[in-house]
Amino acid sequence: MTEFLFFLEVVLAGLLAGTMYSLVALGFVLIYKASSTFNFAQGAMVFFAVLSFVGFMELGLPFTVAFIVTILLMVAVGYATQRLVIQPLMNESEDTVLMATIGLGFVLEGLAQAAWGVEVRRLDLGIGDFPIQWIVDNTGLFISALDLTAGLVAAFLIIGLALIFRYTKMGLGLRAVADDPGAASSIGIPLSSIMLMVWSAAGVVALVAGMMWGARAGVQFALVDLALKALPVLIIGGFSSIPGAIVGGLIIGATEKVLEVYIGPYFGGGIEGWAPFVLAIFFLLWRPEGLFGEKIIRRV
Amino acid sequence: MNYTKSDMMNLIVLLGIGFAVVPFVVQTDYWYSSILIPWLCLSLAAIGQQIVMGYAGQLALGAAGFMAAGAFALFNLELRLPFLGFPVNLMLSGLIAAAFGILFGLPSLRVRGIYLMVATLASQFFIIWMIDKFGWFKNYDTSGIITAQDIVIFGKPFTSPLEMYFVVLVVVVVMTCLAINMARGSTGRNWMAVRDLDVAAESMGISLLRTKLQAFAISAFFCGVAGALFAFTYLKSMEPVAFDIKLSFRILFMVILGGLGTINGAFIGAAFILLFPVVLNTLGNEFFHGMIDATIISSIELVVFGILIILFMIYEPLGMAKLWENLKLRFSSRKTTPAIKTSPETNVS
Repeated sequence: MTEFLFFLEVVLAGLLAGTMYSLVALGFVLIYKASSTFNFAQGAMVFFAVLSFVGFMELGLPFTVAFIVTILLMVAVGYATQRLVIQPLMNESEDTVLMATIGLGFVLEGLAQAAWGVEVRRLDLGIGDFPIQWIVDNTGLFISALDLTAGLVAAFLIIGLALIFRYTKMGLGLRAVADDPGAASSIGIPLSSIMLMVWSAAGVVALVAGMMWGARAGVQFALVDLALKALPVLIIGGFSSIPGAIVGGLIIGATEKVLEVYIGPYFGGGIEGWAPFVLAIFFLLWRPEGLFGEKIIRRV
Repeated sequence: MNYTKSDMMNLIVLLGIGFAVVPFVVQTDYWYSSILIPWLCLSLAAIGQQIVMGYAGQLALGAAGFMAAGAFALFNLELRLPFLGFPVNLMLSGLIAAAFGILFGLPSLRVRGIYLMVATLASQFFIIWMIDKFGWFKNYDTSGIITAQDIVIFGKPFTSPLEMYFVVLVVVVVMTCLAINMARGSTGRNWMAVRDLDVAAESMGISLLRTKLQAFAISAFFCGVAGALFAFTYLKSMEPVAFDIKLSFRILFMVILGGLGTINGAFIGAAFILLFPVVLNTLGNEFFHGMIDATIISSIELVVFGILIILFMIYEPLGMAKLWENLKLRFSSRKTTPAIKTSPETNVS
């Protein structure tokens, strides 16, 4: 029975870790959904957001104020990105915009480093990375409180965003812009306001994701590489699907943990470095658009 | 052969500079070991990236992984089959890297764009992990520091920076000529057809499978040889971490900033990416006398890189190679432009 319990623990830990990936992936999805652009700078945005947040707190601002100031900062970043990077490249190929977002990522990393320095910082959200006693007593499972909180936050965000996209006028406008910017613009949907909103939303999501990851692993440069981990999540879930982000994250998280724990010891560990990507490859061969993504139809 | 007379002139001039002028003018070892040798090695890798991305249009991000494959292949070949000789082993290590290239290039037959990029990232992470975890590749070394063997060709050791520079120069010159030849020939045209619109290419009878895999294989070959040279002449030690994803990104930028679709671009981009941090550092020290600490300088480096990439994408997507071409045109003796002008996309200088 303990074998099964252990397996369950591993799977649950993996699922919850997966929601952390989903949080990062969510930022990508938001931008891709609205503009079919892959924002390579999302990882850098996560890093920039949470580092600024911690930096503001260090400067003396209380938690909530720092949170709001950072949100405003991310909105500003979104605005600058929209005006200076995205708009000039409106008619260029996908690949060109992709490269530009890589450049943007570098700019954000550099600015974050220059403004706040390179030391690793602790982020205390008041929730420890300890197993919840109540659950341990009742089921014998060790589940970290932090992981659980991250899972709940991710669930909230995703449900909230999905609802916004489905049922509000703004969400409808966003989907229209994603489908055909020219047509949307011609019926009066304000393109730049929509894009500003999207990039700001991605920035806020980045902040939340960064806070969760920062609380767990410390606020450090390695956060940027997190973005790379989110890529397999997006492949499996679909680049343009919000529920896909969480499903993809869950799958990746669980598979990664299970493989690492059960197969890892034979190879000395490190499987989680490449297993998500190989999994993504198999997914690509089977269903390139992901579980929930839109089928890619190329017209020539 | 697809060479014109001016090509021959260019080649002779460059060879002259490389083999005769530089050794005469450049005396300090520092220039060879820290600037010229890495520049040549990384340019070769950049050519590899150029082939798969600039010419064939496949968004691939695993160059450093293939470099690592080539480097460790050479290490093991020199260790276990030294009788084959360095030149043969170098080519074999390139072929081994090419095999990996074909394997991890298979997804390109199904997906493209960002999806392909993710698939190629798998090659980057997997190859490094494999080399790290299976002790056989590192000869079960426990010290963690594995030194590359000395380069010995036909009995003559090439160990000083100047001698290693010559070895690298010869390899790079030969392989660059090969690359230019391929790019200008039907191979290159097939690649560019696939890049521009693979559906049309296929309908013309170009086999996508052959063309794409060929691009991946040749690209990995170049990266493999580059990596082997990089490890044996520059790093002098075999560490998988030297070939991490950051190196892949650097090579990507060399190709982007240098100019997609030109061989020139690989060299210009490599020179820029290599020299820029050095220049920045020197400037920082000269003008501010160490008042600015290293982290600020590296931050500025990142910011300037990023801004440059963005600016190039907005104003000159064809990179520095195009800027160079424009500059040359401005100062050229021809007052009238020729009647038939090759479009920038097919510029293969």
